[in-house]
Amino acid sequence: MDILVTGILLGGTYALIAMGLNLQYGVARIMNLANGEILVAGGYFAFIAYTATQLSPILTIFLVAPLAFALNSLIYRVMLQPLVNRAKSRGQLESDSILATFGLSFIGVGLMLSFFGGDYFSYSFMAVPVEVLGNTYGANRVLSFVMAVLICGALYLWLNRSRAGLSIRAIGTTPASARLVGIDVKALSAFTFALGGAVTAVGGALISTYLTLDASTGVVFTLKALIIVIMGGVGDVRGTIVAALLLGILETLVATLLDPGLTLAAAYVMFLGILLFRPQGLFGKKPT
Amino acid sequence: MSLTKTDIRNLILAAAALAICALLPLGDNGYWLGLGVTIAMFTTLATSWALFSGPTHYISLATAAFFGVGTYVTGLGIDALPFWSLVAIAGLIGAVLAALVGLATLRLSGVYFVIFTLGLAELVRQSITWVQNNTGQKGLYVLTDLDEAGIYWWLLGLAAAVFLTGWLIGRSRLGFALRVIGDDETVAAHSGINTARAKVLLFMLPGAVAAMTGAILAPRYVYIEPSLAFAPILSFQVVIMALLGGASRLWGPLVGVIPFTFLLEAVSSNFPNQTTLVIGIAFLVIVYLLPGGFVGLLGKILHRLNAREGA
Repeated sequence: MDILVTGILLGGTYALIAMGLNLQYGVARIMNLANGEILVAGGYFAFIAYTATQLSPILTIFLVAPLAFALNSLIYRVMLQPLVNRAKSRGQLESDSILATFGLSFIGVGLMLSFFGGDYFSYSFMAVPVEVLGNTYGANRVLSFVMAVLICGALYLWLNRSRAGLSIRAIGTTPASARLVGIDVKALSAFTFALGGAVTAVGGALISTYLTLDASTGVVFTLKALIIVIMGGVGDVRGTIVAALLLGILETLVATLLDPGLTLAAAYVMFLGILLFRPQGLFGKKPT
Repeated sequence: MSLTKTDIRNLILAAAALAICALLPLGDNGYWLGLGVTIAMFTTLATSWALFSGPTHYISLATAAFFGVGTYVTGLGIDALPFWSLVAIAGLIGAVLAALVGLATLRLSGVYFVIFTLGLAELVRQSITWVQNNTGQKGLYVLTDLDEAGIYWWLLGLAAAVFLTGWLIGRSRLGFALRVIGDDETVAAHSGINTARAKVLLFMLPGAVAAMTGAILAPRYVYIEPSLAFAPILSFQVVIMALLGGASRLWGPLVGVIPFTFLLEAVSSNFPNQTTLVIGIAFLVIVYLLPGGFVGLLGKILHRLNAREGA
């Protein structure tokens, strides 16, 4: 029970991070491998804001979100739009964007290393116990989970109920046809990419309240987010949430019962299972 | 197999170049030989990488994983078996491991493959660390009488074997099938090529070569531990060097290996903290300025010169 709750609490934040990546890959078609660095940058921001001005991370995210949105929007317009324009096929865009975002990821790590050094950073925010279902957990974990649920819920409603959300889902399904019904694919793709970055950065700010991060941990989160997105199905919000919770539970299970050093191995076992048995994702339909 | 005159000339030239390279340890045993080992290592890794990724366009980041496995084969077996047999065993294990990875991912789209190989080194590292923690072992000592010159000759031999294999594959049915796959996978499948089988077979080659390279280089480290043997940065360096040179030609990666090795050497001795930044910038240079690598650039220049002469 203890494992289940801890896993779900962790999975909630994972869902938020993976949601950001899913927006970027599912709609803007950019496999963003610098996603983890955006997350760590969000974490650094929350860390600095908290240690310098005692600003609560819950308020910091309202600063992190627009900043990350602006940064990702800039990245998309300057670096990724040219790749989208020159790509002759989906495959070419994929390998180009993979290489370009690898570059961004290394530059991100390099910049953060030279500004903040290679040390781990953490701060003590709301490290008081709360009782959930008979066991105690850190209040920061519970609060992060609640925030993640709120943001994921808002995104889900927005994507499924609003007109803009409908357009975005249309681009995710078939970009070529979306243009035919009068959707501005270019502008909306850029918007969705930036939104995805903002969501990930907020996830980073939240996760920094209870996990220790350092400049080069980004890639681990990128990898986990990728596994969640593939497992949940590209462009599928519901699948992402379920997959994130499953990964959170599995990781906690392995960390408590076997060894905390094996969490990535656990994620990989899950990834392998998906690749072998359901490559279209948990709720995906088989391609005809 | 029929050889044309140019084929024979190229083979003789390549053999002569190899012989000249083999003389290096006689001239210098310090700095330059060390650099020679690094270049020979990256040439072997990048060329074998490009043999798979050049025609298929699949970006493999598994080099560090195979390399690490190879160093561990030497580390574990050096007291029991002769060195050459360890290199052979490492190659075998690398090929089998690559086949397993290939079977799981290469049936699907390229993205799955990239993601899977991205974390592979970390996965194997975590597993080995876990086994070591549970058995109370920490690291491994590799003590041999193999010196730097010996390692260099071993690597040179392996590099020659990789070039020869690449040349033979280029002339074979498999090589032809792969070029069709690289151009258009749907067309390849419709013309009766078993695309998954061809890709898996070819992926075994860089897997085996990287593991053998690791096995050969193990004596250089003397002390092996997981974080050293499975350093993920190696995979990225290999990708950059191969793409910088150009993965479309057999000799392309070599053109990228030499300047980038010197660049990294200069950066890491003057600004040791900025290597990640340099690697990041190198990726962007490849994507935005040199999409075909130096080989592509050369092709463009030649094309332009020819066009001017014709006009």
